[in-house]
Amino acid sequence: MKNFTYFQPENLKDAAKQLGNNWKDRLLIAGGTDLLGLMKHNLERPDVLINLKSIAGLEKIEYLPGKELRIGALTKITDIAEHPVIREKFTALAEAAGQVASPQLRNMGTIGGNICQRPRCWYYRGDFNCLRKGGDICFAVEGRNKFHCIIGGAPCFIVHPSDLAVALQALEAKLIIFSGKKSKSVAIKDFFVLPDADVYRENILKPNEIITEIHIPEPASGCQSGYLKFQEREVWDFATVSVGVSIKKNANFIETGLVVFGGVAPRPWIEQKISQALTGTILKENTISELTDICLQDAEPLEENKYKVVLAKNLLKNLLMRLNNI
Amino acid sequence: MTIELNFTINEKKITLKTEPNRRLLDILRQELNLTGTKEGCAIGECGACTVVMNGKAVNSCLVLAPQINGAEILTVEGLEKDQRLHFLQENFLKHGAVQCGFCTPGMLMSAYALLSKNPNPTEAEVKEAIAGNLCRCTGYKQIIDAILETEGDIK
Repeated sequence: MKNFTYFQPENLKDAAKQLGNNWKDRLLIAGGTDLLGLMKHNLERPDVLINLKSIAGLEKIEYLPGKELRIGALTKITDIAEHPVIREKFTALAEAAGQVASPQLRNMGTIGGNICQRPRCWYYRGDFNCLRKGGDICFAVEGRNKFHCIIGGAPCFIVHPSDLAVALQALEAKLIIFSGKKSKSVAIKDFFVLPDADVYRENILKPNEIITEIHIPEPASGCQSGYLKFQEREVWDFATVSVGVSIKKNANFIETGLVVFGGVAPRPWIEQKISQALTGTILKENTISELTDICLQDAEPLEENKYKVVLAKNLLKNLLMRLNNI
Repeated sequence: MTIELNFTINEKKITLKTEPNRRLLDILRQELNLTGTKEGCAIGECGACTVVMNGKAVNSCLVLAPQINGAEILTVEGLEKDQRLHFLQENFLKHGAVQCGFCTPGMLMSAYALLSKNPNPTEAEVKEAIAGNLCRCTGYKQIIDAILETEGDIK
């Protein structure tokens, strides 16, 4: 690992100032679980690392009943998975957190870092000068693409690897982002970008911006949420496909629903059609199958990943059945 | 750039100067001669380098040296007391949970972290606790049995 200067800012202003206004080799470190792998494989070669842990107040879980849940960006994934209020009221997030990587990685990894982790594409991580690294082509198009995206891809066919981002999107979270002088609030649906907008980055963060908190609105009464993940290696793995759902029920009817897939696109993928179709339905086993059939109709799978369309529909079906006790 | 670190390892206070690009694993093996902790994959996938930091199992290959400042760390060398193996270690021997032995220090530390906060784990909880530790020899059964037998106050 190349040597670097280690900077311990006392506050966000200092951290943002150190980051500067240009993309250069200055990076933030939180838990470090993704960053150290990137540095080991020479994907990142920072001159300066800025330790967010030296700033007080970024690791916290605050629940304001009736209003929102506030999670500091440096909160450990383990603490989110085990938090009683999150398990009860923000279930999709707790379920997603409990399935992130291994216990060791959840004990170090933070929610902010999880949202900002880089893609796991084997061409990106491996010794290929791919599009995302400044090269000319995406090797997944003609190469091995079993785990790549089926929608939203061109010109780079990564999937976004975060479990938490999918759940946070289903729960309509907002990210609080410090940008040099003041903070702004960004809906998580507006945070991630597709490769046709920016092929080098997965989100809208500018060089000097830092995620400080994640706010999730209190679910209305009758709301339920969940997260279901399929991984090829049972014990722990990144999601092959995952789904996060929140629904608001009124007696038997679904009043509103939001369906978000992971592992299918370069960002958490909101399925508008099905989210709309859920409204007004009474969920039974046969109606669920009809509903889930309209998922991912615009998908354009690559040679080896057509299975993801079927897998996504089945995961959604299973999760809807579980949420409706069918 | 050199930084000074103050931390506790196996109940001993340590102060040392190092470069910030070293990992906890390097500090243990190269600076402190605590070679019980092993390096396997070096990217957090195998768990051979697991140690207990502030009560939690972590991969020491993914902890940057500056991150250990102020921390309390327990390595496999800290389990033995007065030249007697910890009874978690005794149970690993009893159940044949050690074959080539490369995963064993990491397995012990993941098990220790679990038992410290949950003295009577279920089999499912044991499996979850060692989910981040690869073993290519035993098939895990003997390891799980050894951890399950080590219930009660382990400290």
